Amino acid sequence: MGTITVTKLGKAYKQYPTRWSRLLEWVDPRSRSHHSLKWVLQDLNFIVQPGEAVGIIGVNGAGKSTLLKMITGTTQPTMGSVHITGRVAALLELGMGFHPDFTGRQNVLMAGQLLGYTVEELSRLMPEIEAFADIGDYIDQPVRVYSSGMQMRLAFSVATAHRPDVLIVDEALSVGDTHFQHKSFARIREFRKQGTTLLLVSHDKQAIQSICDRAILLNGGRIAMEGDPEAVMDYYNALLADDQNQTIQQAPTVDGKVQTVSGTGDVSLTGATIMDAKGQHIEVLAVGQAVTLRINALCVNEIEDLVVGYMIKDRLGQAVFGTNTHHHKQSLHNLSRGDSVVCEFSFEANIGPGTYSVAIAFHAHDTHVSKNYEWRDRALVFNVINMSEVEFIGVAWLPPKIRCSK
Amino acid sequence: MNAMVRALWNYRGFIVGSVKREFQLKYRNSMLGATWTVLNPLAMIIVYTVIFSQIMRAKLPGVDSNFAYGIYLCAGVLTWGLFAEITGRAQNVFLENANMLKKLSFPRLCLPVTIVASALLNFSIIFGLFTAFLIISGNFPGLPFIGLIPLLVIHVIFAIGLGIVLGVLNVFFRDVGQLFGVILQFWFWLTPIVYPISILPEGVRRLMAFNPMASLMNGYQTVLVWGKWPDWLSLWPISLLAILLCVWGMRLFRKHAGEMVDEL
Repeated sequence: MGTITVTKLGKAYKQYPTRWSRLLEWVDPRSRSHHSLKWVLQDLNFIVQPGEAVGIIGVNGAGKSTLLKMITGTTQPTMGSVHITGRVAALLELGMGFHPDFTGRQNVLMAGQLLGYTVEELSRLMPEIEAFADIGDYIDQPVRVYSSGMQMRLAFSVATAHRPDVLIVDEALSVGDTHFQHKSFARIREFRKQGTTLLLVSHDKQAIQSICDRAILLNGGRIAMEGDPEAVMDYYNALLADDQNQTIQQAPTVDGKVQTVSGTGDVSLTGATIMDAKGQHIEVLAVGQAVTLRINALCVNEIEDLVVGYMIKDRLGQAVFGTNTHHHKQSLHNLSRGDSVVCEFSFEANIGPGTYSVAIAFHAHDTHVSKNYEWRDRALVFNVINMSEVEFIGVAWLPPKIRCSK
Repeated sequence: MNAMVRALWNYRGFIVGSVKREFQLKYRNSMLGATWTVLNPLAMIIVYTVIFSQIMRAKLPGVDSNFAYGIYLCAGVLTWGLFAEITGRAQNVFLENANMLKKLSFPRLCLPVTIVASALLNFSIIFGLFTAFLIISGNFPGLPFIGLIPLLVIHVIFAIGLGIVLGVLNVFFRDVGQLFGVILQFWFWLTPIVYPISILPEGVRRLMAFNPMASLMNGYQTVLVWGKWPDWLSLWPISLLAILLCVWGMRLFRKHAGEMVDEL
């Protein structure tokens, strides 16, 4: 139950040179084709196992939506096939089949039937749908008086009223207010626990990394990478730098993780260490310890502007803290070939116990997206332990002053 | 084909719901509500019958009844209305529901089926009123009234076939919709609905054999005005055409249903 098998899947749209060419093609008895094919997806192969959660990422226009539409069956593939077992629910667009002049209850009935529920099922599920949407008396009001958030909440409740074997979710999962977002994510997690297969399309790094077992990166209509979400996200991040002549390399490091290096190579990282107050290299930090991150780099070519940045990530790859010299108005200018650069960032390690990695970047402007000289994920790994502070959990060390009275 | 019918059957609740919704939508938020469903067609029937017979004193050549012309007019206009509603809406059905077709996976034929059902519902209200008028005014044709049923069946099949063909073509060639609007206008006036066929010159009258709607309209008028059974023999060309259009429409739909979504 609940598998998605995608085999040699490809989609091309027909393009006709003029409006008349299609007519010509339809009536031409020689059945010559008058169109050219524009491939948006080519040669996709992957299998999503029962109970697995797979995230699909890619820049705009990479073909994510087309892929989802083919998986849900609204669009026919040009090549290959999609095979799904089990009951599918797709949250591509919420609120389809809602009409503003009818009450929430009436709309639930209509939209639900459009999604394939029977009337009996819907009447049975209605109390649950109402309770989850949590819109109170509004359920018997016409939908046009709803706020957009309320509409989305009701639509989400209908779409997920029944646990599907396969759940397909498009990015717009920012449903309603934060409270409801948590609630909807909790429901998706709950489905997962009960064995629902999940396919999630998102730009949201956190969402992909926190919920998915595997990620697939689409680029230019093909699968650019498939694997562990963190490594795929790092690669995606590198891809975002739109510089043409840059290279992206990924290599496993000693601890079994994948390191991603990308950029034009105009600046090269020569060393990165964390030092304590005495200037000693350390790998284990105490919570709250004053440390310095020293970054050494070499200019391979002449560089007009150089911004040095770093980002500390936790063991799940989530950003804990990151900044760069641009934001601190300390960019370097007019460097010549062969210059070496040293940057020191001193801070107090107010972070929780655990393993962290540091990504280091050299680029020309405020982000690495334009003119990325080098971006190196996992340039440095360190551990934090709690030696002297009171017991706490979490990635941040926010020491409280406590006053309790009675 | 079988699968298509089964899929539609599974979605019957949705189809019924859509028809109901469409019906309610027209009169929602109005104070008189469903009363308007009766008032509107009633006004139309009164205009055609009372105004034409009592005020304009229009007479149908060869029939000695005050209401004859009004009934003649209604017989054509009401049934033409059914035809125009089905074809006119079916040709735009895929375009209008583009977003739903692109985002949801459901049997697409639900949409045209809904249109036909809702057009039939509207028609049965207005035609029911008309029948009541016929009975009250003593012009009820009697037994030949049953002859209307096969006429309507042919009529609806013809409209569905044409509607689906136009609906699919209109997605790819938007000119089709515009063109058919124009054609429908000419078609109405080139069919003996407002005028009796007898006022046409002999040469033109023979050309009416090529107008499939003329034989249908003639059938309705024969039953409702003259109280006779329709001329069954004259109906076989349109029956054949109706079936051909349906077959062509289904083939066109099946062949291009996938491509249609790309084009929307």
